[in-house]
Amino acid sequence: MSAASQSFEAPAEARTSAAPAGRRSGRAVSARLLLGVVLPLGLGLVWEAVVASGFASGRLMPPPSRVIAELVRLASTGALWEHSLITLSRVLGGFAGGAVAGIALGVLTGTSRLLRDLLDPSFQALRSIPSIAWVPLFILWLGIFEASKVTLIAVGVFFPVYLGVSSALMSVDRRTAEVGRIFRLSRLATVRRILLPSILPATVVALRTGLGLGWMFVVAAEFMGASSGLGYLLVDGQQLGKPTQILAAILTFAVLGKATDAILASLAAPFLRWQDSVGEAP
Amino acid sequence: MLQLDHLSKTYPNGTLALDGVSLTLREGEILAVVGGSGCGKSTLLRLASGLDTPSRGRVLLDGQVVAEPVARIGMVFQEPRLLPWLSVAENVAFGIRELPEAQRRARVEALLGEVGLSDYAARWPKELSGGQAQRVAIARALAPEPDVLLLDEPFSALDAFTRIDLQDHLIRLWQHHKRTFLLVTHDIEEAVALADRVVVMKPDPGRLAAEIPLDLPRPRLRSSAPFQAAERAVRGALSDALRREPQRTILN
Ligand SMILES: Nc1ncnc2c1ncn2[C@@H]1O[C@H](COP(=O)(O)OP(=O)(O)O)[C@@H](O)[C@H]1O
Ligand SMILES: [Mg+2]
Repeated sequence: MSAASQSFEAPAEARTSAAPAGRRSGRAVSARLLLGVVLPLGLGLVWEAVVASGFASGRLMPPPSRVIAELVRLASTGALWEHSLITLSRVLGGFAGGAVAGIALGVLTGTSRLLRDLLDPSFQALRSIPSIAWVPLFILWLGIFEASKVTLIAVGVFFPVYLGVSSALMSVDRRTAEVGRIFRLSRLATVRRILLPSILPATVVALRTGLGLGWMFVVAAEFMGASSGLGYLLVDGQQLGKPTQILAAILTFAVLGKATDAILASLAAPFLRWQDSVGEAP
Repeated sequence: MLQLDHLSKTYPNGTLALDGVSLTLREGEILAVVGGSGCGKSTLLRLASGLDTPSRGRVLLDGQVVAEPVARIGMVFQEPRLLPWLSVAENVAFGIRELPEAQRRARVEALLGEVGLSDYAARWPKELSGGQAQRVAIARALAPEPDVLLLDEPFSALDAFTRIDLQDHLIRLWQHHKRTFLLVTHDIEEAVALADRVVVMKPDPGRLAAEIPLDLPRPRLRSSAPFQAAERAVRGALSDALRREPQRTILN
């Protein structure tokens, strides 16, 4: 080895330009998507056939065709858009408030020992209260209308975001933080140039969890004295005995929840291209 | 230059990692500290860099006490520790943010050229091999033009070929930048290939055992008789250092 070492040239390294690695082919993706719909589609078709051939009435569990008809009816009267839009605006309003507060307080407690000792115990105590338990109080304080609903959603979003951000900050690798120390970054520069970029992936996960909880809490909020929104359609469908309306609202919830999560994920993806993980951007 | 003055370090758990180590770096030399795993090499460099504070003794740079990291002392860690969210070029520029844009870009370009990675400027760290990443880390440490560069087993995680390649790179950087290097390693061949002077450490607690000056001409031919004689001398000093304390070494 030692004889070879002197004549050993720097290895000629591939001169490829920075090409993003591991992009899956479009065909493989659509094949996998198809695989995912096999089960729900199959079950729907089976139920459709069972009801059509008269083995079941489908009164309590209507077949897909009736649910679709109900969706079309709701859409054509404009009710579907109206209720969806109201629910969506409640979720987004609550999400915005909860996320901003969660990130801000998470960063403060995650970067300052003093603030952490001061604030974190209170947040942990508040977190152990099931958030729905606040509803009566919020209604007393803020009334029955929008403010109490949006606040409840914001509370639901706040905790996962706060917890995700502050715990991610505290588990930043010491070795990474030392790079900041060796280049003598100020405290603020360390937060901005080392800590915040380090926790970006965890923050996106926390925000997506928060958004999911926002959708959960909007249903709770709309169960309580709402006269509009998808949650109202649920209650209304139950009181009038219209399972098709309930299922139509549930389907809409599913589509909206998935869509907002996908939008959030794709907004974050360009900032996470540097990540070196098994599953590329979701 | 850099002076380590009777450095001792006891970790909070009671481990005495270093006991009264004194070393003086000469301007422009490469000093290699050789010792087995756990004999306090990393501890020594962490104290020298100001990342940790000694329990006793002090670190002096031209007579000034070094109590925290300073611009004139750079550090290359055992792992590259690149920031994964920055491109290769941005990583190299990490420590020179205060320079004007044009100057900063010129320096990054020059350094990437010197470590043979000009074509990789726009890449993410995840797209580099281990050897390439460590070259970026060396470029990053040199970017602020420190007077002293501390290197903590920088090539120990690499295969033999890559290691020799990087050692050659390091010598070229040293000849071009004319800085003082303090290199810590457990690899005797590496120490003899690079250093002007080798210091041997012994463990439990970490102390200096011997100093071996190397006046081998550069470039050094690893297969030459003087090179191999120097390797034997360092190896001999290392085993002497361990042998002089039979009970301790056997018990451990
Ligand atoms: N943070 C730490 N806390 C306690 N003991 C440590 C710490 N770091 C290192 N040590 C101990 O100090 C000794 C020297 O460690 P180190 O300087 O890392 O050795 P080397 O770099 O030569 O392998 C070892 O016995 C190790 O276990
Ligand atoms: Mg070490």
